[in-house]
Amino acid sequence: MTQTPLLSVRDLRVEFPTRRGILKAIDGISFDLKEGEVLGVVGESGAGKSITGTAVIGLLEPPGRIAGGEVLLKGERIDNLSQQAMRKIRGKRIGMIFQDPLTSLNPLFTIGEQIIETILTHLPVSEREARERAVALLEEVGIPAAADRLNAYPHQFSGGMRQRVVIALALCAEPELVIADEPTTALDVSVQAQIIRLLQRVCRDHGTAVMLITHDMGVIAETADRVAVMYSGRIAEIGPVRNVIKAPRHPYTVGLMGAIPSLTGDHDRLTQIPGTMPRLDSIPQGCAFNPRCSLVMDKCYRERPDLVTAGESRAACWKVSETEEAAG
Amino acid sequence: MLAFSIRRLLQAILVMLVVALISFTLFRFVGDPVNQMVGVDTTPEQREALRERLGLNDPIMTQFGRFIVKAAQFDFGTSYQFRQPVADLIGKRLPATLELSLVSAIFALLVGIPMGVYTGLHRDSVLSKLFLSISLIGISLPTFFIGILLIFLFSVTLQWLPSFGRGDTVAIGWWTTGLLTVSGLKALVLPSITLGLFQMTLIMRLVRSEMLEVIRTDYIKFARARGLRQRSINFRHALKNTLVPVITITGLQVGSIIAFAIITETVFQWPGMGLLFLQSVQNVDIPIMAAYLMLIAFLFVVINLIVDLLYFVVDPRLRADRAAL
Repeated sequence: MTQTPLLSVRDLRVEFPTRRGILKAIDGISFDLKEGEVLGVVGESGAGKSITGTAVIGLLEPPGRIAGGEVLLKGERIDNLSQQAMRKIRGKRIGMIFQDPLTSLNPLFTIGEQIIETILTHLPVSEREARERAVALLEEVGIPAAADRLNAYPHQFSGGMRQRVVIALALCAEPELVIADEPTTALDVSVQAQIIRLLQRVCRDHGTAVMLITHDMGVIAETADRVAVMYSGRIAEIGPVRNVIKAPRHPYTVGLMGAIPSLTGDHDRLTQIPGTMPRLDSIPQGCAFNPRCSLVMDKCYRERPDLVTAGESRAACWKVSETEEAAG
Repeated sequence: MLAFSIRRLLQAILVMLVVALISFTLFRFVGDPVNQMVGVDTTPEQREALRERLGLNDPIMTQFGRFIVKAAQFDFGTSYQFRQPVADLIGKRLPATLELSLVSAIFALLVGIPMGVYTGLHRDSVLSKLFLSISLIGISLPTFFIGILLIFLFSVTLQWLPSFGRGDTVAIGWWTTGLLTVSGLKALVLPSITLGLFQMTLIMRLVRSEMLEVIRTDYIKFARARGLRQRSINFRHALKNTLVPVITITGLQVGSIIAFAIITETVFQWPGMGLLFLQSVQNVDIPIMAAYLMLIAFLFVVINLIVDLLYFVVDPRLRADRAAL
């Protein structure tokens, strides 16, 4: 990998100071995202997936703050930019899609007004060109009679249609990266697949990289090139999607895969990982997964494992380190 | 939209009829009107003649009908104390009250909304805390006290502004305005601040709490994520979403400003309807009281009608959406 990655996150830490001490929501994560690549980020609720996304786009809500590490966009640091400079990157170079399309659009403005304002904010075009572009975008995301619907208000659209509008809005200034935070979770199951496929198609056509945050492994398996599995604010395993699914290295990923029902499955019961993810204020010493791990060793209680290369993937587990050392 | 307007108009007429009934009852049954008009030495025959002439011997419904027909033509009879038509008396004083109310409402909105937006956006800044403390004073101090305080400070001590009256006025037809002369404008300052201070703090606190709620919503987060300009997010996307409750409260408050101008008008000896009303209460001048009641009710009804129509302008979800999927 000699080429500069589109997005490079280096040892990122995010903290929330509270009355009972500082909570480490993200504790030193690093990953790269190439141009046009789709990176899936999975994990349980509270694993830090969404926080990672909001930290990258610079929208952490105070008191949350980036406590360390770097975020680089095409080799340039963006985590320490001024509000004003960061605003110009948001929407223009990094777009974001939120979970709930029903509440993501301002109810008092027509979708045309919202798209055109966004285009005019970022691109040097006239109002007429912006309008034409808005119509083209809406057609692209599959909204029928786009020119007429420009004057419609959000409440006049269904949930799935609104998420299409949201995708058009996130993409209207041609960003290089889109962070999609659970883009289908709030939608009807029947619509979810459509929206994911649409997102995939539109981003491929525009050459946009996607950071797809979800807890749905099925969605990841279908769309992502690579996947990062997060646990307790750290990356447990990261690698090409088929490796992680077919040959998971980290015991947590193994557990996750065992919990996915499969059509051709031969077992009657799904395996489940005992226990729950630790709260942020009581993360155990050593490996955060140690209370739930079936392969736990003494070392896991003492020292925290770092990501080690294991085949094409990288996993943070002492067991994996041991195996790799023995092998190599 | 049209059906809605017509429905609201019919409701408004109903409200006015009920108020007219109360007003009429006041007029007819609080003491004998004849007693109020004649001297002690009037003979019973003369009284009876007056009764007949005023139509007080007719059936109640006939009298009520006559009252409404006359009220619709702004004819509320003759004032007992001034011996002049009530409509003329009120007409002469209406401009003073309306101008005062209008200026204080504008003051309340122009100062209250920006202060509310600011305190909503910068919750922890020193200026926000100062604004909130001031608003606490505005809400808790009684109007007459604020008026007296302002007179003491700006009229007595500093001698910058007049302490009473309207200053010079210019007549435009039957309307007299103080907005076109320097002394008229100067005279407006203290009374409108006194009258509008409570409303201003109310609007500020309302806008603040609405802003606090709106800036947490997903659509504001999404607007930020799209890199829209901060000014546009605050004053277009967020502020517009706070307006529906603000319009409701402002509408009601404009009504109260006009109705409760009484106190401010008394403190500043403002020659408006409130002062007239107070004098009429002291002298049991029932025709003026009845007319004032009708007029205030009418203004409230009109303002509410305007507020209802404004909802439609602001919130597209209330408009009939035939285009819905």
